[in-house]
Amino acid sequence: MMMEETLIPKIGVITDVRQDTPDIKTFRVVTPEGKKAFDHRPGQCAMLSIPGVGEAMFSITSSPTNTEFMEFSIKKCGCVTEWLHQAEVGQQITIRGPYGNPFPVDEVFAGHNMLFVAGGVGLAPLRSVINYCRHYRDRYGKIDIVYGSRSKDDLLDYKEIIDEWMTDAGVNVHLTIDREQEDWDGHVGFVPNYVKELNFDTENKIAVLCGPPIMIKFTLEGLKALGFKETQVYTTLELRMKCGVGKCGRCNVGSKYVCKDGPVFRLDQLDALPDEY
Amino acid sequence: MRKCSLDKLQSVFAAVNEKMPIYLPANGSDGKAVYTKWAEGVELSDSLNTVRSPKDFFFPQTENMMEFKTEGKTIEIIDVRDEKEDFVIFGVRACDVKSFEILDRVFLTDPVDSFYASRREHGIIVAMACTKPSETCFCQTFGIDATEPMGDVSAWKTDKEIFFKANTEKGEAFMKAIEALTEDADTKEVEAQKEATKKILKKLPLAELDTKAFGGGKTSEFFNHPAWAELSESCLGCGTCTFVCPTCQCYDIKDFNTGKGVIRFRCWDSCMYSDFTRMAHGNNRNSQKERFRQRFMHKLVYYPENNEGIFGCVGCGRCLSKCPISMNIVKVMKKIGGETK
Repeated sequence: MMMEETLIPKIGVITDVRQDTPDIKTFRVVTPEGKKAFDHRPGQCAMLSIPGVGEAMFSITSSPTNTEFMEFSIKKCGCVTEWLHQAEVGQQITIRGPYGNPFPVDEVFAGHNMLFVAGGVGLAPLRSVINYCRHYRDRYGKIDIVYGSRSKDDLLDYKEIIDEWMTDAGVNVHLTIDREQEDWDGHVGFVPNYVKELNFDTENKIAVLCGPPIMIKFTLEGLKALGFKETQVYTTLELRMKCGVGKCGRCNVGSKYVCKDGPVFRLDQLDALPDEY
Repeated sequence: MRKCSLDKLQSVFAAVNEKMPIYLPANGSDGKAVYTKWAEGVELSDSLNTVRSPKDFFFPQTENMMEFKTEGKTIEIIDVRDEKEDFVIFGVRACDVKSFEILDRVFLTDPVDSFYASRREHGIIVAMACTKPSETCFCQTFGIDATEPMGDVSAWKTDKEIFFKANTEKGEAFMKAIEALTEDADTKEVEAQKEATKKILKKLPLAELDTKAFGGGKTSEFFNHPAWAELSESCLGCGTCTFVCPTCQCYDIKDFNTGKGVIRFRCWDSCMYSDFTRMAHGNNRNSQKERFRQRFMHKLVYYPENNEGIFGCVGCGRCLSKCPISMNIVKVMKKIGGETK
């Protein structure tokens, strides 16, 4: 009997493909028996692969409270993602995980007001946390979500945001797009500026960020200006990964491996690491 | 302790080989030592060490991990792992023995790497004490005693005899296999050899090199050190240092389409390569300076930080003799660590 090996994946089946934006699709994945491949916590990741094409790490965008399937929102930008974007329903892939440290939703976030700030496909890892907080609504205070993208067409999960998030009591969604657009009467402007304009209070609040590095950089400055302490801010990193378990040696920032010590870091933890991410 | 005359060494190898394969440093056609599977006539090399480290035995340069059969939209995963058999690695130097502990801390921590673990479990290490350490040797820097190599069995070769001492249960099994060829021995000659070697060790050019400037918690002190630019300036990014290094364990996982299916294999990779960390959206180590810094920071700061102060280098000296531009960890330690001599 061979011992268990994390590098050997399981089979996953794509049971639904949703075109979210011109370059982002959301894939629903289950085992061939129709079950969820494994349990996870918000913010954790999974390795998906297509034999002969390659393997890559993706954040699990569905909430752990969904016990039926997992979802992955994937932007077309490389070999594996391009192949996935051509895949049809019924296509098998491989899946292994869960990997990484989750957001401390129960240990730390519970009892706090939440501010989520996302840019572009950066909403993917936060959607898991947002829907977890919405599921256990009474455990969390006020929820603010700031989400921006290049254009209206590039907003991820738009239908879910409009139909579900915006109709929830105590959840405020603030959408923004980079440039004016004909059928858009919402806010126009970059996420960091919008966060400053919204002038959030910091009381009993946790801020969670994910987006392109430039957005993170300027949003952090904005949050600090609003009075957020480093211990109130969380973000999630992504670097090149092969193994997912801190052994292949490439996703480290200083002595920390993003795949196992991250991807979730509190700002003060991140600031203690060398600037190499 | 047991001993036998060197005349009987071939018989010793033959006796072990009856039970399990035995690998030993033997001189290739170029006169350089490489680990070779023993067969009649294969002689133990007198070289200080092998060109490549023995990490291959547990962490081969390439190994198949699994296979896939795909048909239409379906995939079948085939587990190609097989049950390994016992084998002996004979003549491992103290530095390389220590390197296995460094690799163990990576591959045998949870989740255990089953590919490495199955080989490691079946390997019996017969370590050989050094008698002629070279000027590139600095194992002492890392607290390694070249005259008292650990492993499952420690061995000492004198002009006429070879002495063996078992350190583990696996080592006892090896001793049993050669029992009829060996006899009880006192430690007098071994002790004399150790003393003689220690005198040489003390006089080696790198004998004074120490690690006290380095260790966990030193990232902010060294990361932005101005000397990285100068030290890395000539680095070709060839990766030779990582390939000959007994403790370098970075790997890549790749797929190969055979035409009949897909093999997923693992192979050594190098942090010195430009595509090592390259992603679709960019590269967090864009310059050779950053890649060079990563390699040495890992061995001198990051690894000890995660492993109770143990450094990721054993002072074998392979990188000193093989780097095409003569850059190496000793120069880095001296420059960054602030030693001027």
